[in-house]
Amino acid sequence: MSAETPSSKNVHLWQANYESAKTLETIIRVLCGFFAVISIATTAGIIGTLIFETIEFFQEVPLWQFLTDTRWTPLFASKQFGIFVLMSATLLTSTIAILVAVPLGLLSAIFLSEYASTTMRKTLKPLLEVLAGIPSVVFGYFALLTVTPFLQEIFDFVRTPIPIPAWLDFLPFTQYYEPDFFLELPFPYLEGFNALSAGLVLGISITPLVASLSEDAIYSVPQGLRDGAYALGATKRETILAVVIPAALSGIVASIILAISRAVGETMIVTLAAGQNPNLGFNPFVPVMTMTAYIVQVSLGDTAVGTLPYKTIFAVGMTLFLMTLTLNIFSFWFVRRFRERYE
Amino acid sequence: MTFESITDAQAESNLVAAEAKFQPNLAGRYRLDAIFKAATIAATTIAIAVLAWLMFDVLISGVGSLDRSFLTSFPSRRPEQAGILSALAGTGWVMFLVAVFSFPIGVGSGLFLEEFSGDNWFARFIEINISNLAGVPSIIYGLLGLTAFVIILGDWTGGRSILTGALTLTLLILPIIIVATREALRAVPDSIRQAGYALGANSWQVIWSHTLPTAFPGILTGVILALSRAIGETAPLITIGALTFIPFLPEGPLDPFTVLPIQIYNWVSRPQKDFHDLAASGIIVLLVVLLVMNSFAIFLRSRFQKAR
Amino acid sequence: MLQDTSSPAVSSAAISVEKLNVYYGSNLAVRDVYLDIPRNQIAAFIGPSGCGKSTVLRCFNRMNDLIASARVEGTIRFEGMDIYPTGEAAKNFDPVELRRRIGMVFQKPNPFPKSIYENIAWGARINGYRGDMDELVERSLRGAAIWDEVKDKLKESGLALSGGQQQRLCIARAIAIEPEVILMDEPCAALDPISTLKIEELMAQLKEKFTIVIVTHNMQQASRVSDRTAFYNAEATDAGGKVGYLVEYDDTEVIFGNPKEEYTRDYVSGRFG
Repeated sequence: MSAETPSSKNVHLWQANYESAKTLETIIRVLCGFFAVISIATTAGIIGTLIFETIEFFQEVPLWQFLTDTRWTPLFASKQFGIFVLMSATLLTSTIAILVAVPLGLLSAIFLSEYASTTMRKTLKPLLEVLAGIPSVVFGYFALLTVTPFLQEIFDFVRTPIPIPAWLDFLPFTQYYEPDFFLELPFPYLEGFNALSAGLVLGISITPLVASLSEDAIYSVPQGLRDGAYALGATKRETILAVVIPAALSGIVASIILAISRAVGETMIVTLAAGQNPNLGFNPFVPVMTMTAYIVQVSLGDTAVGTLPYKTIFAVGMTLFLMTLTLNIFSFWFVRRFRERYE
Repeated sequence: MTFESITDAQAESNLVAAEAKFQPNLAGRYRLDAIFKAATIAATTIAIAVLAWLMFDVLISGVGSLDRSFLTSFPSRRPEQAGILSALAGTGWVMFLVAVFSFPIGVGSGLFLEEFSGDNWFARFIEINISNLAGVPSIIYGLLGLTAFVIILGDWTGGRSILTGALTLTLLILPIIIVATREALRAVPDSIRQAGYALGANSWQVIWSHTLPTAFPGILTGVILALSRAIGETAPLITIGALTFIPFLPEGPLDPFTVLPIQIYNWVSRPQKDFHDLAASGIIVLLVVLLVMNSFAIFLRSRFQKAR
Repeated sequence: MLQDTSSPAVSSAAISVEKLNVYYGSNLAVRDVYLDIPRNQIAAFIGPSGCGKSTVLRCFNRMNDLIASARVEGTIRFEGMDIYPTGEAAKNFDPVELRRRIGMVFQKPNPFPKSIYENIAWGARINGYRGDMDELVERSLRGAAIWDEVKDKLKESGLALSGGQQQRLCIARAIAIEPEVILMDEPCAALDPISTLKIEELMAQLKEKFTIVIVTHNMQQASRVSDRTAFYNAEATDAGGKVGYLVEYDDTEVIFGNPKEEYTRDYVSGRFG
């Protein structure tokens, strides 16, 4: 018996149009490639704009002045352009933020991955994600209108003069208000705009970032390492501190560096809560102006395009960009270099 | 056959000797364990407690002025008459355009990197670019938008307009969409693609008919999360010149505008407490919108996982 | 099933097991195990996969506690002491303390990401070692037959060693805290034949000071190194799963030369598994 091959019999049923399918594929491929190039164009655009305007800026303001002036007054009659005024504010708020975010984030990550039960993890992780999704302007509202008054009350309370009997007036910090003696601790006065509230709330806003990246790092530590420690008679804490955290360290450090980068680039929390007063220094109780807050201030004003104040926002932007770029590259390099190989 | 083995007495003395050398101090170690565990619980509790405090505070302050007229009035110098209508309209316009632009560009770029290109220098270069862009502060995108869309392309975009704002935010969230798209595409098992190719399809046909449909829920989730990030962005829009006081509705993409976060910012910066409460009401609206979007994304994600 | 039928050569055992049943959740994984592990000998657990050998082993140092759903019924005595006590006695019993006296070496070598010196010293330190640490490290590395290979690089990472060396490092780490029993869960499964041989030679020396229980898939290894062998098998349950059980436990020569059970005979002659 001879089998009839389908190809000979029904060839008229198979009429593929390979040509048009191929053309469509090429068109789509080129289109997608074009879209992908947009990302390159974006980077080029950012770098190009910043460089161009910064060069124009430095044609009017010498670099040494930019680096050494002690005040930032580009809009005043006697213009000074000391970038460190703004940078000190950025560093101050970011440092406070990191001092909050690292302990809270890392310890939360340890709790979630090592101590929490499955149900606890299922409820807590989404809550942390909610915290991560809150827009920064909401945190700014919270910092300015709730946290600052709250802290002010605490500071005022500490500063409240306590009446003391006269024979105790040999103690330090005593004042004499006719006709009685009072103990008055020299606690600072917290201004309505200050770096402390902004830094604290900024820290809370980046805690989820530290927590989730650290948790990923801890999660990827193989169970075999923990087993080895337990088998030697170690307690849970000893195993976590001596084995799990060191093994996850590169991921944890990378998360901290990324958190610093995020804190440095953050705008609305500091603009709303830290104020608009360019003060050089690291006093957390007074208003300061961060680099990002300055850019917002100029953008909200009536600065005309092409004027010197206009160019300052690009010079500041360039500084900001270089800072975050350095941090991001460092974080990337750090992970590559120190990633633990347990295999 | 008998075996040599140590006697009970010898085992006993071995144990005593070993115990003299090791003083495990278990009580002290367990105390430290308890302190450490308490610290981790405290940290988690603090983070969640602050979240609760924030929510509670916003609700208390804002729910009072949250009414119909709030949603349908324009901003005004008198707090009793002020509302977020123009801000809502602006947000709606901007987000619509952002979705329209970012979806094809983001998904297309993700497709290009994941499906269409090989492991060549070009693809690697784009990848590095995207990683870098993801870490750039949002206000820098505002500066880019200012130069590129307001000044250089101002004649086409209408200057400080909805279109400019949308383009700027699109560039901002593109890296998020691209990463989410790539992950969704990577999660598609290769066997599906192989089956398509084996039947004589070209790469676009395989993508369109097999890969994309399978990856689609994941992609959609990523896009929604990116859009919910864009909706809360304030700094880049301020920089490109979105105004803070708009007592009218924009009529087209080339019109000036404001958005909800900027309106909130404007009210918070005023000294009067009534405006602060209005800001809280605006925040409630913003958070509700975000909640709806994120819930939808989570719903999609769980649907996606169930289907596998 | 047969219980321990060897001639009563040992007066008392390091570990004695009575009517052991282990559950994971509601699944019975291993049932009705009775055996005595004599001191200073090597006892091998052999049998096809999934018969509960590792499960039983992990009961001895209560590593099964780390698995939330694991539940142990029956009695296990270590030097006469019940290591799964209930009621009043449970309050005074600490598995953490037990694990200093019963050490474990795992299938996949798992040195800590620390220096070779620290790998050894850490276990001793948390257990409050009061003596000379340098001397302890050297003594342990010698005891694991790896001192000559690493004595010049004690500060280097333990992960920089080869697989076989890492496993010997893990053995050194285990013996540093002077346990009485060493449990080995397929210690050579991930190693090459030469490293395997080195470790088998090492085991023969170690049994002078320690009692060793080894789980192995490699029958020839069991016949080479062990003094007594326990053969486990699995049977199907009504629920459609399987449960492990102890088929026969005797001197190694008997198990491999003249086993009393038919399943044992079939297994050691290679008819199955």
